[in-house]
Amino acid sequence: MVPQNKAVGSPAALPVFPALMPRAEAVLIPLGALFAGFLAFSVFLMLVGKSPIEFFSLVWMGGFSSAFSWQNTLSRVAPLVFAALCVALPARLGLVVIGGEGAIVLGGLAAAVAGTAVVGLPAGLGMALMAIAGMGFGGAWIGAVGALRIKRGVNETISSLLMAYIAIALFNHFVEGPFRDPASLNKPSTLPLDASLRVGDMPFIAAHWGVMAGVIACVLCWILNERTTIGFAARIAGDNVRAAQVQGLPVAKLVIGFTALGGAFAGLAGYFEVAAIHGSANASLIAGYGYTGILVAFLARHNPLAILPVAVLFGGFEAAGGLIQRRMDLPDATILVFQGMVFIIILLSEALYGRLRIFQPAYWEAR
Amino acid sequence: MEPVEIGLWGVPLAILGGAIRASTPFIFVSLGECLTERSGRINLGLEGTLVFGAMSGYAIAFETGNPFIGVLAAAVAGAIFGLVHGWICKFKGVNDIAVGIAMMLFGMGLAFFFGKPYIQPQAPDLPAIPFGWWSDIPQVQAALQVNVLFIFGAVLAVLIAWMFKSTRIGLTIRVVGDSTDAARAMGINPDRVRLLSTAAGGALAGIGGAYLSLHYPGSWTEGVSSGQGLMAIALVIFARWNPINCFWAALLFGGAGALGPALQSVGISEGYYLFFAAPYVLTLILLIMTSSPDRAMQGAPLELSVTK
Repeated sequence: MVPQNKAVGSPAALPVFPALMPRAEAVLIPLGALFAGFLAFSVFLMLVGKSPIEFFSLVWMGGFSSAFSWQNTLSRVAPLVFAALCVALPARLGLVVIGGEGAIVLGGLAAAVAGTAVVGLPAGLGMALMAIAGMGFGGAWIGAVGALRIKRGVNETISSLLMAYIAIALFNHFVEGPFRDPASLNKPSTLPLDASLRVGDMPFIAAHWGVMAGVIACVLCWILNERTTIGFAARIAGDNVRAAQVQGLPVAKLVIGFTALGGAFAGLAGYFEVAAIHGSANASLIAGYGYTGILVAFLARHNPLAILPVAVLFGGFEAAGGLIQRRMDLPDATILVFQGMVFIIILLSEALYGRLRIFQPAYWEAR
Repeated sequence: MEPVEIGLWGVPLAILGGAIRASTPFIFVSLGECLTERSGRINLGLEGTLVFGAMSGYAIAFETGNPFIGVLAAAVAGAIFGLVHGWICKFKGVNDIAVGIAMMLFGMGLAFFFGKPYIQPQAPDLPAIPFGWWSDIPQVQAALQVNVLFIFGAVLAVLIAWMFKSTRIGLTIRVVGDSTDAARAMGINPDRVRLLSTAAGGALAGIGGAYLSLHYPGSWTEGVSSGQGLMAIALVIFARWNPINCFWAALLFGGAGALGPALQSVGISEGYYLFFAAPYVLTLILLIMTSSPDRAMQGAPLELSVTK
């Protein structure tokens, strides 16, 4: 800790620690809210007669303590990262898109069906075509939400969630109907993928390549947002649509582009779930990653780089879910209660920005 | 009584019956959301309130043996959810749409958490009134079994419409919904009006949930709601924030939801999942048709964030 220097008068001469405080606000408030969420959930656990200490130590055991638990956690990180990008990219334009689940299941279905069509092609080309199919369907699905918003003024939050329901109905129809593998009796599935089309694990890390793709996607999105004119234009349009239009910015293209890109990432999540985890498209694909992704994006304040650590944290919680269920005799909805509580407190903490004096330069100048 | 062979006539009849049966949750959630939105705030969390209302209503009805106490409990639970939403949203910089999403997840999580022991037992059913006594055809009689809550909902729609039109409370809510500044100038506390409107809206959504678990489909499961709470929010936009229109729109949505089961009942099961999606598609189409890119929506409360 840097000693607090009381002699400093002008902002230019602020020592490192106070000068960083306005920036630290963006990190410390979400962290504080996260811990407040942990505390609130601990109180909830005590009220239902369970031990919060046992809960969090089981989360540590099931999510982070061993190579095996890390593998479990990381396998959930990839879909969470992509689902969060599907929220964070439209959020750049001030849109609240919450239907990523629909793009995940349709992207997964498209990839699985493409996988049965590309047999005979070189494996690399086949995998690329599968990923493109997943991204294409996911991108078109959420891009349509953006297009409806900008062309017809349809509220994107409601339309995206409605389209998620429609996507799941379409998914069930195709998986149990036209694309069903006749051999899948108990659990209707599409035809299993050829082994050459499966995505394997990375060297040295017990996680599939989707995690690496997620990291790359986050870095690219950060560059797009912070280091390109497109990202800058999107931020202006997100702050004030009228001003952006007056400036001649292509608002319609930005909205459709950002929503479609977000949807494409959600579709890619579906692709990796099919190609790396399940081996075919079936009901396991409807796992709720789209909804947890919303929480991840909000906690990361829609910053693509912050999405990575948050996704690891919540991936760990989800990975530990089964262990918590068995050891503590808690229902599987426990994680949902936890997520809801954290989400509410995170949103409540939005009221603190610019309010806490400790983060204002004036507070330190006065010392 | 033996079922009478009525062939394909069974489909419109089943849709009519289904519209009456399935529309009740839409009526309550849309009236609740209408009330909240007229005060200038949107509560997207009513889906969670609906599910929690379904669970708490079922659990209390099972424990007490009285379905009406269950309905009351669901209303109280819904009001508490509304109060939480309204309280959080009064802070500056908090996005009411995002809070709604969080409350939706939280409500569903709590309902699944506490509802686990109530999945098996059978709670008492809400009574229905046989309006089909004049007919000898059992299908007609079945279609016209009208639940008391449906009638209550219809009366409530008229009451709320009257409240907005001719009472001081209604005027207060409308002023707050149209202009926060004007309300302040009149000495009204907008935050308190919105808090109470959101709580009342939550209570109605809770009742809608109790109907789901206590009458139709009539049991508590984790899949008891299939997005009715969310569709009802789109329905309010379609109904132009008019309570009477909400009632008719709810009947339409109920009928769309009954299409799949109705076709299945006469032996058409091809594309079951696609018919299952009919209400969502209908909602989306109506939403697209009633939205407009460049002018404010007719009848919309001016302070409402979705239409800004």
